[in-house]
Amino acid sequence: MIRVVLPAHLRILSKSDAEVHLEVPPPVTLHAVLDALEARYPMLAGTIRDHATQQRRPFLRFFACSEDISHESPAAPLPPAVVSGAEPLLIIGAIAGGA
Amino acid sequence: MSSVRVLVGTRKGAFILTSDGNRSDWRIDGPHFGGWEMYHLKGSPADPNRIYASQSSGWFGQTVQRSNDGGKTWEPVGNKFAYDGVPGTHQWYDGTPHPWEFKRVWHFEPSLTDPDTVYAGIEDAALFRSTDAGASWHELAGLRGHGSGPHWQPGAGGMCLHTVILDPTNPARIYIAISAAGAFRTDDGGQTWRPINQGLHSQFMPDPTAEVGHCVHHVAMNPARPNVLFMQKHWDIMRSDNAGDSWEEVSGNLPTDFGFVIDIHAHQPDTIYVVPIKSDSEHYPPDGKLRVWRSRTGGNEWQELAAGLPDRDCYVNVLRDAMAVDSLDSCGVYFGTTGGQVFCSPDSGDTWTPIVSHLPAVLSVEVQTLP
Repeated sequence: MIRVVLPAHLRILSKSDAEVHLEVPPPVTLHAVLDALEARYPMLAGTIRDHATQQRRPFLRFFACSEDISHESPAAPLPPAVVSGAEPLLIIGAIAGGA
Repeated sequence: MSSVRVLVGTRKGAFILTSDGNRSDWRIDGPHFGGWEMYHLKGSPADPNRIYASQSSGWFGQTVQRSNDGGKTWEPVGNKFAYDGVPGTHQWYDGTPHPWEFKRVWHFEPSLTDPDTVYAGIEDAALFRSTDAGASWHELAGLRGHGSGPHWQPGAGGMCLHTVILDPTNPARIYIAISAAGAFRTDDGGQTWRPINQGLHSQFMPDPTAEVGHCVHHVAMNPARPNVLFMQKHWDIMRSDNAGDSWEEVSGNLPTDFGFVIDIHAHQPDTIYVVPIKSDSEHYPPDGKLRVWRSRTGGNEWQELAAGLPDRDCYVNVLRDAMAVDSLDSCGVYFGTTGGQVFCSPDSGDTWTPIVSHLPAVLSVEVQTLP
């Protein structure tokens, strides 16, 4: 079981709990987790990564095990602690100020 | 008794303001989608309970919300706006080619007859249509494929398709406007388009009378007289009596003819409203006085409307989609400001009262007149 923590706005949009639990078959990659997340919550498609390019939206980051993994390949395996469910995958909205 | 429902999009959420036909006692409902930019909400003329709303965010991009119960509840629908084919390039601010990139939906225009059909004007400028109540979106690519597309350039607010007008007498005819490309018309349901900018004069352009490149801020049509259009251009109030084939300036005695909004009385097609703004570099009313100006002669002769509007120290703007009219017997006129006020005049502009005064910056105002 993979644990995913969403930013507040996406929790409201998806009407989900603060922490989402997903079953993701191996290999557990960021790409596979986001596929599973969007399959469960179709309204999140396009809000975390671009529909067409699948690129992470610029003001979002992915954290796992106290590391920023935003620049890792989406096809790379996630850390074992995330795969085992010991640690969550955090999807973080950048503290970007603005109006 | 009839009632009105005012749909207000703001920088930080949507608000729904309702009143009976007296338009003096208002219920304020919201914020819906708090914290999100709500560029536009609009109800279906064929089913007033069907409302489409554009919800966007710099963090999370574009979402589309749909209500089937007049805004009480909402559900997210399709948010995939994929340009048809290889998008190509338009001009960037510096004149260099820049790839077409979807950014947000500026305007929804629901079909006049089918609640499940709705048009979306987007940035970077293109027109999309959904025929399944917003579940999926498809570009009407003939517009962007018009030969002038590579020469379109963004205005200061982005290269947005902000105006979509459906001709009630001719389902094949649609008008759109883009900042800063100009106005366009299709007469074949969106397959082919032609620019309708003859008569516009834009001093900032290398060729001030070029076929495209004009910064059109908004266009309005009264459904009873669909061949007559009124335009608020960057500067200049313009009028066309031939469905946009040609335009003439009708700015007349306005204190300034810069502005964003323009709208038309529901029952008097020659009564039009604008909110003059000081200049393109000073986006607030002249002398700190918020004023609507009304022409009862289809332009040229304008009357200042001041009763109930701020007389001093007012430095707000009124953005292009932030004025609307209801269709009650005594036509109501509404507008919202970047200072978070929404004003209502239940008597065609003679007197004004703020419905609400402290919302986030207002991006759009639409009105539904309900039985």
